[in-house]
Amino acid sequence: MLRISTTKAVATLAVILIGLMLAVPSFFSADQRKGFINSLPSWFPTWIVPTRAIVLGLDLQGGSQIVLEVDRNDLGRTMAQGLRDDVRQALREAGVQADGGIQLQPRGVQLRISDAANRAKAMPKLQALSQPVTDATLGQTGARTLDVREEPNGLIQLAYTDPGFNARIRRAVAQAIEVVRRRVDLGGTTEPSIQQQGADRILVQVPGLQDPARLEEQLGKTAKLEFRMLADSPAGDVDMLPSKDSNGQRVPVERRVMADGADLTDAQPGFDQKSNEPIVNFKFNLRGAQKFGQATSENVGRAMAIVLDNEVVSAPRILQPITGGQGQISGRFTVQQANDLSVLLRAGALPAKLTVIERRTVGPGLGRDSIEAGKHATIVATILVVVLMFAAYGVFGLFANIALLVHVGLILGLMSVLEATMTLPGIAGIVLTIGTAVDSNVLIYERVREEVRAGRSIPSALQAGFDRAFATIVDSNSTMAIAAVILFFLGSGPVRGFAVVFILGILTTVITAVTLTRMMIALWYQRLRPKTLPI
Amino acid sequence: MRLLRLWPDESHFDFMRLRRFSFPLSAFISVATVVLFLQVGLNFGIDFKGGTLVELRPKPGVTSDVGTVRHTANEFGFGETEVQELGQGSISVRFPLQAGGETGQTLVMQKAHAAFDKDYAFDRVETVGPRVSGELVQSGTIGVVLSVVAVLLYLWFRFERELALGAIVGTLHDIVITVGLFVITRIEFNMTSIAAILTIVGYSLNETVVVFDRTRELMRRYKTMPTEQLLNLSINSTMSRTVMTAMSTALSLLALVLFGGEAIKGFSVVMLAGVVICTYSAIFVSTPFLIYIGLQAGGTRTQTRDTSTLPQAAE
Repeated sequence: MLRISTTKAVATLAVILIGLMLAVPSFFSADQRKGFINSLPSWFPTWIVPTRAIVLGLDLQGGSQIVLEVDRNDLGRTMAQGLRDDVRQALREAGVQADGGIQLQPRGVQLRISDAANRAKAMPKLQALSQPVTDATLGQTGARTLDVREEPNGLIQLAYTDPGFNARIRRAVAQAIEVVRRRVDLGGTTEPSIQQQGADRILVQVPGLQDPARLEEQLGKTAKLEFRMLADSPAGDVDMLPSKDSNGQRVPVERRVMADGADLTDAQPGFDQKSNEPIVNFKFNLRGAQKFGQATSENVGRAMAIVLDNEVVSAPRILQPITGGQGQISGRFTVQQANDLSVLLRAGALPAKLTVIERRTVGPGLGRDSIEAGKHATIVATILVVVLMFAAYGVFGLFANIALLVHVGLILGLMSVLEATMTLPGIAGIVLTIGTAVDSNVLIYERVREEVRAGRSIPSALQAGFDRAFATIVDSNSTMAIAAVILFFLGSGPVRGFAVVFILGILTTVITAVTLTRMMIALWYQRLRPKTLPI
Repeated sequence: MRLLRLWPDESHFDFMRLRRFSFPLSAFISVATVVLFLQVGLNFGIDFKGGTLVELRPKPGVTSDVGTVRHTANEFGFGETEVQELGQGSISVRFPLQAGGETGQTLVMQKAHAAFDKDYAFDRVETVGPRVSGELVQSGTIGVVLSVVAVLLYLWFRFERELALGAIVGTLHDIVITVGLFVITRIEFNMTSIAAILTIVGYSLNETVVVFDRTRELMRRYKTMPTEQLLNLSINSTMSRTVMTAMSTALSLLALVLFGGEAIKGFSVVMLAGVVICTYSAIFVSTPFLIYIGLQAGGTRTQTRDTSTLPQAAE
């Protein structure tokens, strides 16, 4: 017989009721939801009211998604440069000079100390540069950061080991995420999502963004600010850097950095009082102010190079020591550029260059169109399936249709509570689910028809229909679920949205098509006690 | 009220005999697909090929002009660009992957903005670099292979080995033909297409599992029935359900094709065709295939195994 225990019935109805309630907020806008909560009397427990709505994917609400990758070569270069400074310091402490300077290598440096006695003095200092690798999650790993090799002919090579390099990449990505977050936040966009993806990638999603090109430009800039001195001649420890003042021509700049962007506490766009040109005002912290004050007092009368991302932005002459810890950068900026630069300086420098390896932008208009189209398709699909089911199974089809509507509601409710993202393929998933959801009911009903034809009594035919179809329903849904789960783990973005809908659809089918219809049919049968089944 | 019957209640159609036509037909289509696939190849979208896609919508007061857009885009010198009309004046422009790594793609965007910003709004912009596209190809292939293996394992545990094999043959058949559909129709093959294929894998198995479920049940009930007759009975008794489900799924997908919008039209068309292919293969390919791999309905092997490990169906 089609008996269902009261506990089971109550539990099922409760699950369905809660599921449907969870779907309700998704049909209202954020303002309407807030208004409703506010309109409730104060004694009403507001926590009972579901507030979470389905999150719309960028393809439906419009917005930009950018995947950035930390440039390993660039990071390697930066690391080699830093190592060169450390080696220079170590040699100075040892009182030793390298023959012909220190050469940069892709992942380290090499130098030559021909004199064996000097080499013996320098080596302990150089060895000491190699540190144990520490990792935030693993702790000490036993590996060392540097591989220091001494060759018989006096050549010494220092190179980052793989663990050392990878630990640095991890730190760089973590740091880059922070910088990117600050830059996006300072840019004033709403609700950006910034996540790490894989070992060296950052996924930035900004909903509703109108000008992705500018965001991209801002995120890609390293924003490494340095104050150095212009050199008199291209010889010695100098870099030849392009200069904005002289239209990209290269000028000699001393390698020694007097102060850098890490010591900044603030940067604001402004206007020069005399020329009325857009400028950037900056403030140093105590350490930076001291360094900057000392350097400027030693070099009064000389030209100082303000270097941003290895380009000389401007090279003002130092008229008097700048001790107050404040200064300005001019460089023939537009207002927009001065604004962007101050954002970059405030947010800090990226540890390495970031490259855009993937970008996807959808205009808000297109997103709205897609939602509209999705709604139409869902409504039409529902009507077609509902009519078909009713035509084929009459009153039983009606039960299946109620289950179908509950099923769609449950998917939406579950998506809301899981804060799953609805994407365009997700809508397609819902439509497809509408088509396949009735399969379980079809299986049951066809089975019931067969049992009736085989001459069974009505209650036993109903019972057998449900029992026998159940194994098939489990098998068929399990195989579909396997495909859907794999799709979820391998897919990205919108495709993942499709997989989520499909998985949820399969889960809720079992509740609605099996338990709910069974309850409805049992109730109907107990009330009417029909002599023949209208099926 | 007379209820709709899409398939007669009692049918005794000899489906197995039709394998003389369906097997050569399926074999021919499969081989043709493989040949076409190797000769012509798929129309890969930028997900897999890399490159840049922009969708332009004319600004208010501007009439879009595909000819001019095509001409301008070709002038850029970025190689073979594909310009397509999307309806309602929108135009899609696809630039191939540029050399020079990721920065090469950025250049494309800059030029496109410079040329089209005046008359068109950029409705959609997608750029996929060479490394990302390579990874997407990899994960897509792994996905399809993994799902087939996982399902094979599941069926192996739940069903007899022959039935699992039959289901896999049917599924592979459906994957091959679906890929062939992509080759012939030139519908763009992208990440969403992988989703379509995996869904078809799911649907295909669903169809086969429903028939095989019945086969397994009948095998226990009629231990001496010849295989061919048994399989015919399995299909005939599940046929009304098969037609009904195919119908409801096809109808909802049809709604998606007609009203779902441009962006997922390719997906919906392939899925719709997939439902037809899957239904066909469950009846005419995977089930008759069981005859060839020697499913022994009344044979001693199945019989002894059944009685020893599985409970009899409760009457």
